Amino acid sequence: MSYQQARWIEPLIFELSKQGRVGWALPGKPRERINIPKELLREKLELPELSEPEVVRHYTRLSQMNYGIDSGFYPLGSCTMKYNPKVCEELAALETASCIHPNQAEETVQGALELMFRLERFLAEIAGVARVSLQPSAGAHGEFIAMLLTHAYHKSKRDDKRDQVIVPDSAHGTNPASAAMAGYEVVTVPSNARGRVDLKALKAAVSERTAALMLTNPNTLGLFEDQIIDIAKVVHDAGGLLFYDGANLNGILGKTRPGDMGFDIVHFNLHKTFATPHGGGGPGAGPIGVQRELEKFLPVPVVEYDRKRKRYYLDYNRPHSIGKVRAFYGNFGVLVKAYAYILLMGAEGLNEVTEAAVLNANYIMHKLLGVEGYELKFDASGPCKHEVVFSTEPLKRETGVTARDVAKRLLDHGIHAPTYYFPPIVPEALMIEPTETESREELDRFVVALNTMAQEARSNPEKLRSAPMATAIGKLDEVKASREPILSWRAHRKLAKK
Amino acid sequence: MGHPYIPNTREIRKQMLREIGAASIDELFTDIPPKIRLKRELKLPPAMSELEVKRHVQAILAKNKPFTQMLSFLGGGVWPHHVPAHVRSLVQRSEFLTSYTPYQPEASQGMLQALFEYQSMIAELVGLEVANSSMYDWATALGEAALMCARVTRRKKFLVPKLISPERFSTLQNYASGPGLEPVKIGYDRTTGQLNLDQLKKEMSQDVAGVYIENPSYLGFLETQVDEIAAATHKAGALFVVGVNPISLGLLKPPGDYGADVVVGEGQPLGNPVSFGGPSLGIFACRGELKLVRQVPGRLIGMTTALDGRTRGYCMVLQTREQHIRRERATSSICTNEALCAVAAAIYLASLGPRGLHDLAELCTSNASYTMKKLNAIKGLRAPIFDAPHFNEFTLNCDDTRVSIQKLNAGLLKRVIQGGKPLRTEFPELGGTALLCTTELHSREDIDRLASALKELLGGRR
Repeated sequence: MSYQQARWIEPLIFELSKQGRVGWALPGKPRERINIPKELLREKLELPELSEPEVVRHYTRLSQMNYGIDSGFYPLGSCTMKYNPKVCEELAALETASCIHPNQAEETVQGALELMFRLERFLAEIAGVARVSLQPSAGAHGEFIAMLLTHAYHKSKRDDKRDQVIVPDSAHGTNPASAAMAGYEVVTVPSNARGRVDLKALKAAVSERTAALMLTNPNTLGLFEDQIIDIAKVVHDAGGLLFYDGANLNGILGKTRPGDMGFDIVHFNLHKTFATPHGGGGPGAGPIGVQRELEKFLPVPVVEYDRKRKRYYLDYNRPHSIGKVRAFYGNFGVLVKAYAYILLMGAEGLNEVTEAAVLNANYIMHKLLGVEGYELKFDASGPCKHEVVFSTEPLKRETGVTARDVAKRLLDHGIHAPTYYFPPIVPEALMIEPTETESREELDRFVVALNTMAQEARSNPEKLRSAPMATAIGKLDEVKASREPILSWRAHRKLAKK
Repeated sequence: MGHPYIPNTREIRKQMLREIGAASIDELFTDIPPKIRLKRELKLPPAMSELEVKRHVQAILAKNKPFTQMLSFLGGGVWPHHVPAHVRSLVQRSEFLTSYTPYQPEASQGMLQALFEYQSMIAELVGLEVANSSMYDWATALGEAALMCARVTRRKKFLVPKLISPERFSTLQNYASGPGLEPVKIGYDRTTGQLNLDQLKKEMSQDVAGVYIENPSYLGFLETQVDEIAAATHKAGALFVVGVNPISLGLLKPPGDYGADVVVGEGQPLGNPVSFGGPSLGIFACRGELKLVRQVPGRLIGMTTALDGRTRGYCMVLQTREQHIRRERATSSICTNEALCAVAAAIYLASLGPRGLHDLAELCTSNASYTMKKLNAIKGLRAPIFDAPHFNEFTLNCDDTRVSIQKLNAGLLKRVIQGGKPLRTEFPELGGTALLCTTELHSREDIDRLASALKELLGGRR
């Protein structure tokens, strides 16, 4: 083990402030008198005052205390932390992409519209849907909009009794939250012993109140819902729609398509499957695809091509549209990166992405099954897809060491922690998604690390409980942080004065 | 041959398959029913090399005309400003760029501290104690604010000005539809654009969850009756929500000082490129009262200590509000947000400081004043149409010229000038009016060029 993250004692930027310093010069001086009455003007503004080199040094140091995919292995389940090609960044930063205004005359943004038009068709082909809206800003935003579309669809059928959305107990938290935000009652269906949707329970749950089923496939256990054809039939027969959560699309690219499985609405996470960076939490993009019967409800505008005028344009004239879901047309900068990524990969490349990602996950599954202390809670007879969920319950029974301890100790090996305690149906869960951009050596190192920890748990459990040591800071008092939340410098100073 | 982004070559993959006891890669996909297996290749262009992709995308984007290659007067929700080189270079540091949400605080202190600093600077700017670490954009932040007002007050009406940005209003309607919250529009004074206080007071009742104003308004003028609006709102037990362009707060009184309970806004101008309208940065701030804080949507970063009780550190707090813990009872479904844009905003604000932001806001206002003066001097043009103080955006009316805004804009475009945004579809009652914006990007010569181009266009008509 030879990892040590940078450990700066870096004050808050406010504490580095010196009166009179400034990190940027204006291009000119105001020449007109400002016609704003004094009572509308502010008296003081307590922002930090620093020169440019000081600002640069401060944030460079902060960046050094942050772990990204470029720092090392990031097997965070359901988050698809794959390598983000640098050329995509370069392209999104071009002035011809970053310095165009959304309200510019149509003829001056033909390139942007063409790129969006083409990306929409790529995504529609990948998912097997009729149309795609590129507007949703993130996955959960896409889910929420999918629920609005579901509502509009049933309303158009004068079917206003459908007030329930069904969600499996293994679903991402955003699914039930998005359904609830759109006003739906959430009905949870359990998984069966094979870690898939319990078809009997689903049949019992659907009714004339069912608006939709939200499903991830492969699911959050990394298992393919192999009864998907029956699931789709049950939901459709009951008059409901099927929504596909695209978080795990990396497991099926080119192998099968949500549209072919029977899904009516599909969402994509461009910041997962299509290699745009996560930026420490965002920005991402969460386009949604729909089948023909839902097309007319998509948010405005949609990008169209006028063959006669040989011109791309934004179509707002859509009387059935649900309207706007954000300002303008989506996270365009992210769309540019995803478009470039799809071109870099091509059809064959995307297929290879899934093959390599699924192989990597199965390799880890195979290797870890041989390590005492870790076990699978569901069906180990077949392959997994892009991720695998292990339980450290045996290790906990034996040594008291938890999945969280193991995850934190991985940080000391210079490996990011897997998602832990999720999905909630697996006790002591470690959700591992290696992605296709990791080498076998990296996977081996990961397995060795988990093996070492299992032994450490027996010989020196304290070492795991007190981990991590090699990060910028040790374990934090998160309980205190939430009990007496200090959410700004202003609040901190107020508290300090008391 | 290997693949640039897939380290395991076909040969290595064959070995791995052997090791796990699979005869072929297909064995790993036997769980997909044959009926739904894709039996052909995806219809996508064949893979291209980096060089080819670069040339291809550059060629498509070259069909755009960036505002850096013309003179543009567009604002209206995103505003072109100079993005300092070091802001761009710092947010491109791959430790920030390629990290996920800081779920592991020990390995993510850098991002957490940067976001805490962002929250702190936004709190200072708007005059409140709490800011979250970002929403998608102003429109969705407004939607979430309305939902929060409804949760806090358990009421069902949300009052907004009639001159609200139509995009934000439509987004608000979609967000409000879930809990059946009803947005109600309040009219305005035709001379000044100011909110109609009589109508506001008439609509005020025990059903009103919140009152929202935009300051500066969508059409650029300032709302001068903020104290009366705040008082009427609070008297009815509702929450006061204010939407802002944060650059204006270098100059203007912070909404927290005139009674705002929640502030939303668009953070794009703080160091983020316009980028065809996205990524954007939704600002969301509120008073420090726990009753409100517990209802905040999205991520909050808090200051705490390591377990030693001494070393300062940062982590996500009050996560029990969020979807990954609370599921259908979460305050919002938001997960991925606009963190990196927030970091850019923090770096931008720290670089400008109080003086820089003040001077910038003043320069933008001054440029707008100068533009209005120049355009008003042209026969038939009126700028602004509302008699009120303005920040950096304003309305231009051309009804007395018998030339439409569209025609004028087409003429300007021939002179490599992008005119203002026509408002006829959004606000037919304003006639031939456009919304214009000036920032520090506009020099006096630029503005003179707009004026003489308009004069020329109109002169030919007389």
